[in-house]
Amino acid sequence: MGTRWFGEPVRRNEDPRLLTGRGTYVDDIQPPGLLHAAVLRSPHAHARIRRIDLRRAAAMPGVALVLTHADLPPTLQAPLPKLIPHPTLVHHKTQYALAPGKVRHVGEPVAFVVATSRYLAEDAAEAIEVDYDLLPPVADLEAAAAPGSPLVHEDMGTNVCAEYTQRVGDPDAAFARAPHIFRERFCMDRGTAASIETRGVVAIWDPRTRHLLIYDSTQAPIPIRNGLARLFDLPQHHVRVVAPDVGGGFGPKIMMFYPEEILVPLAAMRLGRPVKWIEDRRENFVATNQEREQIHDAEIAVDEEGRILAVRTRFLYDSGAYIPYGIIVPIVASTQLVGPYRIPNYECTFKAVFTNKVIVSPYRGAGRPTGCFVMERLIERVARELGLDRVEVRRRNLIQPDEFPYDTGLIFQDNAPLIYDSGNYPALLERALEMIGYRDWPARQAAARREGRLLGLGIALYVEGTGIGPYEGCRITVEPSGRIFAATSVGTQGQGHQTAFAQIIADALGVGVSDVVVTTGDSGAFGWGTGTFASRAAVVAGNAVGLAAQAVRQKTLTVAARLLEARPDDLELADGKVFVRGSPSRAVSLGDVAAAANPLRGTIPPEWEGPGLEASRYFAPPRGTYAAGCHAAILEIDPGTAAVRIHQYVVVHDCGKVINPLILEGQIQGGVAQGIGGAFYEKLVYDAEGQLLTQTFMDYLLPTIAEVPPVEIGHLETPSPLNPLGIKGAGEAGVIPVAALFASAIDDALGTRITEMPLSHSRLLDLLMRSPAAPTAEALGVAAVGDGP
Amino acid sequence: MKPAPFGYLAPRSREEALDALRRFGPEAKLLAGGQSLVPLLAMRLVRPSVLIDLNRVPDLAYVRPFRGGLAIGAMTRQRAVEADPLAADRIPLLREALRWVGHPQIRTRGTVGGSLAHADPSAELPAVAAALDARFVLASARGQRVVDAPRFFAGYLTTALEPDEMLVEVRLPALPAGAGWAFAEVARRHGDFALVGVAVVLGCDPDRRCTEARMAFTGVSHGPMRVVEAEQSLVGRRVTAAAAAETGRIAQAALEPHSDIHASAAYRRHVAGVLAARALEQAAARMQVPS
Repeated sequence: MGTRWFGEPVRRNEDPRLLTGRGTYVDDIQPPGLLHAAVLRSPHAHARIRRIDLRRAAAMPGVALVLTHADLPPTLQAPLPKLIPHPTLVHHKTQYALAPGKVRHVGEPVAFVVATSRYLAEDAAEAIEVDYDLLPPVADLEAAAAPGSPLVHEDMGTNVCAEYTQRVGDPDAAFARAPHIFRERFCMDRGTAASIETRGVVAIWDPRTRHLLIYDSTQAPIPIRNGLARLFDLPQHHVRVVAPDVGGGFGPKIMMFYPEEILVPLAAMRLGRPVKWIEDRRENFVATNQEREQIHDAEIAVDEEGRILAVRTRFLYDSGAYIPYGIIVPIVASTQLVGPYRIPNYECTFKAVFTNKVIVSPYRGAGRPTGCFVMERLIERVARELGLDRVEVRRRNLIQPDEFPYDTGLIFQDNAPLIYDSGNYPALLERALEMIGYRDWPARQAAARREGRLLGLGIALYVEGTGIGPYEGCRITVEPSGRIFAATSVGTQGQGHQTAFAQIIADALGVGVSDVVVTTGDSGAFGWGTGTFASRAAVVAGNAVGLAAQAVRQKTLTVAARLLEARPDDLELADGKVFVRGSPSRAVSLGDVAAAANPLRGTIPPEWEGPGLEASRYFAPPRGTYAAGCHAAILEIDPGTAAVRIHQYVVVHDCGKVINPLILEGQIQGGVAQGIGGAFYEKLVYDAEGQLLTQTFMDYLLPTIAEVPPVEIGHLETPSPLNPLGIKGAGEAGVIPVAALFASAIDDALGTRITEMPLSHSRLLDLLMRSPAAPTAEALGVAAVGDGP
Repeated sequence: MKPAPFGYLAPRSREEALDALRRFGPEAKLLAGGQSLVPLLAMRLVRPSVLIDLNRVPDLAYVRPFRGGLAIGAMTRQRAVEADPLAADRIPLLREALRWVGHPQIRTRGTVGGSLAHADPSAELPAVAAALDARFVLASARGQRVVDAPRFFAGYLTTALEPDEMLVEVRLPALPAGAGWAFAEVARRHGDFALVGVAVVLGCDPDRRCTEARMAFTGVSHGPMRVVEAEQSLVGRRVTAAAAAETGRIAQAALEPHSDIHASAAYRRHVAGVLAARALEQAAARMQVPS
């Protein structure tokens, strides 16, 4: 197989369409007779519903249907399906389609209204009268875990729904005899993925054929199809779920079922008319899953040279009001925490805790940013306490290139051993240091300090588990037109699959990348798969694409050999043709081979194994493959206002063989932007009553082009031995170490000991004024912060 | 996020607009650039029964010379003022401050009058107007009146406008002799409303001594905030770094800012002093000493 396209920065097939406004998102689906839905949501974090009066709403003009819990069929009154059970998850409480007499977070759906327009649906939702008996809410994670807390689910008798420990080596013994132990508490707060396209569902029901067609901005169309078939008692092949162009997923859209994914089809089936619900931005803040909130009490034991003897963390994980997705996030956080370091003794224990807040499920990084923050902070603490260079401490503890495969001794989120398959961590670090100019840094920093400027350099390393199973598949068909169609069920939310997969196929079949049309995320086009999550689409679906492409190539050679009266291994594929090596005039087009492979009369030989130039293949990895990287940055903090300016940002990244560096760099740049948001801007603030105070983009601040610097990217390629293409995932790489990196840089600038993220201007100034770098009042010309009433 | 039902009027003249206000004033909202009103409508935080759209009313968008200063029509887009050569020549503080208002897209829709009449306590233009001693022309079917900035900005999101009145023009007097000027701000992100901002105008005599100082803060009170004792402390002095710092300290002591999810009161107070000192130094450096 040639590699003309694999590894090239090919421009994306989908871009002309997307950039000229010709994409098809859920809200672009406009079937005739469409009705529009709105959701009445709980304004309270914790309350009993005493009474719901629908009379006024139901009588309003244009209203077609109003549903409450009482109006649902029994199957949909029950809690929605448990997604990922775990033996330690003893209280696997899941959400409801509509609240059954009690609400547990602001935003929980109470009633569902369908009308001839969204305006009228919202008017009617407003006219529904609900009487609530308020219950004491618990919004604070630590308070919820403490005895005596109000209970989110009374029947549990506690808010702790899971407690899980993993242990490697003998941490107790290691801590007992360690010469140095350092302890710290680390907090990371909540954020939201804020994809540019909110969630949305359109359902079209054909009562004659009993076929249900769903458009859903989901990351998991096949599991949604399977689940809907079960919940509505339909054959799977009567349900088609299409995730069309999707404007960003980042994890929350892998969750299922969101209530609207049930209610919209139910309404369409009841009414016999298509129904659409598009989540608005305010709903997105209270109705789409969130993430990141954890509190770690961590400790590290080291010897005199800063070599790690043991690490231990005990942490609380805020699950929100329900835990449909199970304990994936804290498992990822606790197992990926160890990063690129050799840690002979390790113990992690977490409690997953219910609070009266929005449900938590993975968001880009999925616990890794928190784990990385804890580990990198501990490393820097060691360096400071022992008076060692922070880079040197890292060097002494990195897993070396000759130690792969490296078994961490932990069990990962896929229930498989967490074994690093390949990598070169010291090379990542050294390359990043070179790019950021670490050697000259002390002089540069000191010179700036003499001018009263506060500059800091940060470093952070991470390992990213990617490409987990169970499997994905792909079918490739060469049509008699010569055009090539591929279908895989993983959905695309902007990752460029229609190009990356086409590159793999184009290499195998000797065509151009734009000659290959890739369909993703349509259960009607390919019906097997699990979804786009955990940085797995390129690895798992990509290798299925590669296997299917090789199978079609073999079939093409077999059929063409007969047409050209040559041996298959004397044939070559190029420019859409099959030709005899050395005599290019003896050629037949791919289209003609496809036509010959599907004759109208006559026979086909048994070695063709069926008609047509078509093959379906699956790839099922034994376990995850582990990418890694090192970020470094230089920032400046205004001594008067604590405003932060990022001067330079470098990423050195190793995700094995790179399919398309253009797409990869976009992934990393976007991840860094989200990481900068998580470090300085994005924070979901709940008050003690469980009210979300940040429900608009004026209060929940996404970084813009003005806050995100250009990122210099260096690539290392250590192929994965676990898949034929040698690739690893890259979807979350950009975001994972950013909080750790800026904590490192701020400490370097101010001499602080950052233990929390995110940090606003205001919080940074607090820290600055209490730091060794605090300017004197005279130097500033003004009184110190905190003076006055 | 769809507005509650409302009636819609699109008057074609000033008289029609004022007549609509006379009829519907208390339950009506004026739509100018819509940069604040439309989100408030979408979130149903305001529910006017009538929306009076001013975008088809002629002769409300202009920048004209007025007694050595400027008269700016209320419907003038912020971007137009930013690009206006007369404004740049007579009151360069405008362009400097407008760069802090949202983003170019927002300024292209947003109007000068809309921002002033909305009177957001963290907006830039009210502070600029206060520092420039602006006068506001308010019109109604009953007639026209002119009020000054302290009267116009009456409190949190509140102005002197009566329900049947609309702001039609803002008049900005000429800068004092030898004027120096500056605008400084800290926002969470570029383009956000200010955590703290300050607009400064200084006049000077041939000896570089300050003849007049005007300093208006935004983000630290219910509306634009002048600190008279801080301003007075500069008059008759050269605006040195030390003097600027001292003035910043006086301002800090006088301000009583609030805490919110974006910044503490202590942060706002501290930064107000820092920015005041920086803006004063910059304004002093820009003074054009009269001969």
